[in-house]
Amino acid sequence: MLENAPIGLNDRPEINPLFLFRWEEKEQAYLLLYPEGIIKLNDSAGNILKLCTGEKTFEEVISELKNLFDVEELEDDIYSFMEVAIGKGWVRVKS
Amino acid sequence: MVKAGSELRVDGGGRPLWLVLELTYKCPLKCPWCSNPLDFAEITDELTTEEWKKVLREARELGTIQLGFSGGEPMVRKDLEELVAEAVKLGFYTNLITSGMGLTKERLSELKRIGLQQIQLSFQHSDPQINDAMVGAPSFDAKMSAAEEIKAQGFPVVLNVPISRYNIEDADGLIALAEKMGFEYVEFANVQYYNWALLNRAELLPTREQLETAEARIIQHRERLGKDMTIYFVVPDYFDGRPKACMNGWGTIHFTIAPDGKALPCQEARVIEGLEFPNVRDHALEWIWKHSPTFMKYRGNSWMKEPCVSCDEKETDFGGCRCQAFLLTGDAANTDPACSKSKHFHIIQSAIAAAETRQPPRMPLVMRTKGAVSHKLKEPVGTSGI
Repeated sequence: MLENAPIGLNDRPEINPLFLFRWEEKEQAYLLLYPEGIIKLNDSAGNILKLCTGEKTFEEVISELKNLFDVEELEDDIYSFMEVAIGKGWVRVKS
Repeated sequence: MVKAGSELRVDGGGRPLWLVLELTYKCPLKCPWCSNPLDFAEITDELTTEEWKKVLREARELGTIQLGFSGGEPMVRKDLEELVAEAVKLGFYTNLITSGMGLTKERLSELKRIGLQQIQLSFQHSDPQINDAMVGAPSFDAKMSAAEEIKAQGFPVVLNVPISRYNIEDADGLIALAEKMGFEYVEFANVQYYNWALLNRAELLPTREQLETAEARIIQHRERLGKDMTIYFVVPDYFDGRPKACMNGWGTIHFTIAPDGKALPCQEARVIEGLEFPNVRDHALEWIWKHSPTFMKYRGNSWMKEPCVSCDEKETDFGGCRCQAFLLTGDAANTDPACSKSKHFHIIQSAIAAAETRQPPRMPLVMRTKGAVSHKLKEPVGTSGI
């Protein structure tokens, strides 16, 4: 899993500046807004993206999420979401 | 006219997520496929700055998220910056839909400063002479300068190309232009046949072969460019045998406010005769959206007739486009004639056949200009032959 992952533990993920990420009260959800589209994120996706600030390493993101949800076995889920998010261009590794 | 990529599924919520403000019908260009009304020049009582701001506040309260500033040419409005600033403050995702005419460096800097999120810039052709002939005015150079300045300011850009037979073979050239400029999105928007485009349909409609060739080229470019560029191209309803899920259903997620304050379930809806469009000057937006007879008229599917009523696709395509049904069959409640199940499907098929054969008479394009067409003469009642 880790070998082919699009992101390493020391990389710093950030939201692609083409997208606007924000909370929308009426939808009670985080949204990703971009030209021609609206993506409504589920709770876990929203919580992961909230931490993709370009400041934290991916390792720190994972550890914060574990604390937040008080669950140990989160890595697989986080990796598979990141694969999607990077694949779709929502998230990139800060250079 | 549903846009690709609308991924937020909303039905029960019933909020108008998308709003287009047509700030003005004024425009320095004369595009013969313009979606504005044929009598655009007679509609002059534009909303004031304060009236537009009231629309913005009320829309945000209704839950609108995506906001397009359109026209005509929105840059014609001197208060555009003030309206964008208000929209940003209210929390909209703001899109400027422009020809680039009047988009000066100074105005762009100001739009960037106040937080405009993205710009949709139209181009017609990568050849300057053809581009200018298509819009009836020198514009290519101004568009290029605007494009350079837009990228210098760091806006995400959608290059919007209204596709007709005059530019469908230029997909390579337009994509090269977008690459050179560093645009992130290219939208090949097949012209939809209402208003000026319908008037000029015989001269604008591409052939099936042209569409297939263009699509094949675009698929190759998508593979080559990967994540660097998103290219939208949707097979137009005329050639699909299936109607488009127009606006995701009437009064479902989208509305447009016309320059004179009329609220429309889509930009083209004024073409439907007999409907009274509520005006934001007279009514609260909430009432217009939730309760006005016009927005209720084709909402849901209780208005449908056969073959829609017993069709298992009615929840997918909502019977297609009400405006197209009205324009081509005379009744907005009919099945969209772009549907192969419609008894009026032959109307679409004969338009396609005419595009293939290019039989005379070949007529010149009617450019979008004041007084080019007349609504003043009405046929005497009883002689229409229907």
